[in-house]
Amino acid sequence: MGRDPLIRLRGIEFSYPGREVLKGLDFALWRGDRVGITGPNGSGKTTLLHIMVGLLKPQAGEVEVFGQQRREESDFKEVRRKVGLLFQDPDDQLFCPTVAEDVAFGPLNLGKKHPEAWKIVRETLRAVGLEGFEGRLTHTLSGGEKRLASLASVLAMGPEVLLLDEPTAGLDEETTERVLRVLAESDLTYLIVTHDKEVLSRATDVVYRLNAGRLHRLNP
Amino acid sequence: MDEVFAEGLSPIHRLDPRVKVVIAAAFSVVVALAEDFAVLLLAIPFPLVLIALARLNPKAVLKRLLVVNTFVLFLWFLIPLGFRGGELLSFGVLNLSKEGVIWCLRITLKSNAIVLGSIALLSTTPIFSLVHAMRHLRMPDKLVHLLFFCFRYVHVIEREYGRLLKAMKVRAFEPRSDLHTYRSYAYLVGTLLLKSSDRSRRVYQAMICRGFEGKYWVLDHFSLRRGDVVAFSLMAAWVLWLGVLQWGGIR
Repeated sequence: MGRDPLIRLRGIEFSYPGREVLKGLDFALWRGDRVGITGPNGSGKTTLLHIMVGLLKPQAGEVEVFGQQRREESDFKEVRRKVGLLFQDPDDQLFCPTVAEDVAFGPLNLGKKHPEAWKIVRETLRAVGLEGFEGRLTHTLSGGEKRLASLASVLAMGPEVLLLDEPTAGLDEETTERVLRVLAESDLTYLIVTHDKEVLSRATDVVYRLNAGRLHRLNP
Repeated sequence: MDEVFAEGLSPIHRLDPRVKVVIAAAFSVVVALAEDFAVLLLAIPFPLVLIALARLNPKAVLKRLLVVNTFVLFLWFLIPLGFRGGELLSFGVLNLSKEGVIWCLRITLKSNAIVLGSIALLSTTPIFSLVHAMRHLRMPDKLVHLLFFCFRYVHVIEREYGRLLKAMKVRAFEPRSDLHTYRSYAYLVGTLLLKSSDRSRRVYQAMICRGFEGKYWVLDHFSLRRGDVVAFSLMAAWVLWLGVLQWGGIR
């Protein structure tokens, strides 16, 4: 697997009714990459992430993850276990009553036993700086806390790759700092979709701009 | 959709949700099937005692009963007139049937007893604990999901509705009885439907991204304390007593 990229997209075409979004897009994400993607609103950044984990199916092109072609829903089940997607709106992601239950949702789905799940919950919450939040109700958290909790819920699955959809949008400096620290401390391969210049310069090595349906590399 | 009665520190609130679900189900079945008026009359105090113990606001409880009894009132208009047998009173073509009145009385007692029972036992439990209890009691997954997601999405829709309404108000919307108002409300409902369906799709996507395959696992386990066992025994005894009175043949 070492030679193959973790994720490779070839000639991806995707349109919503009446609107072409991706037109023959190519992309490869290698192990250890820290990639940023920016681009105008509606250019298809979120769509791109959703295609990578099979939430959307492209009309044409190939999606290859961990060296294998992925076409059917069943192909993507394995992908989603190892590729964590952080949604743009934490309210979409947090649906359990308490923070602990939400963070444990993924690990329990992966078949972890209770003591182990609890251990993961505590460790992950500590990693994102939400120690002691286990029993808090998710819908009463502040915007920043919600973001960190949803990040924890993705990290708890132990992904190899992280796809982050505007992870710092609407966050204050302190919380942005925390998100960046979590990323710096992890040795994950990740891809960030963002408009935040500071995030791009501090947390990514390569930046692409998504425009007119294709990715254009910005820095050398 | 607020859980008006769910918060509290009373012994009823702290009771193991599994105990509450089992007793509420047993009580409802016994009351629904019982025919004897003595049994039905003895069934009413059961939830009343629990409600008193839970220190629920009596006004709020009465308000809930009012909703149920509005429906029951319709039955009082229809059934006694439509039933045959034992004319109590007759006005020309209209006959007030004695059988019908008895049926109505029964339905009234039953529905009030069951609603009071649900208020006392189920409404004093947060929905999520109820869902957990149901899962622990090995109820079918589909049923549990249905309840859980109904609740979850009704809340989301309500919040969305609140936001849209505010957005209308800050632009000086005032309901009048004109076409503009009706149209605006229609837009509100339409947008609400679209937004809710989008939202539910995203929530589901986020769930499958985290390995959801139709099974909802429970993180916390309830622990049955001694108080729970005692309370269970007492409540079960009352329900059993009702059952014996009705079907035990002891008179």
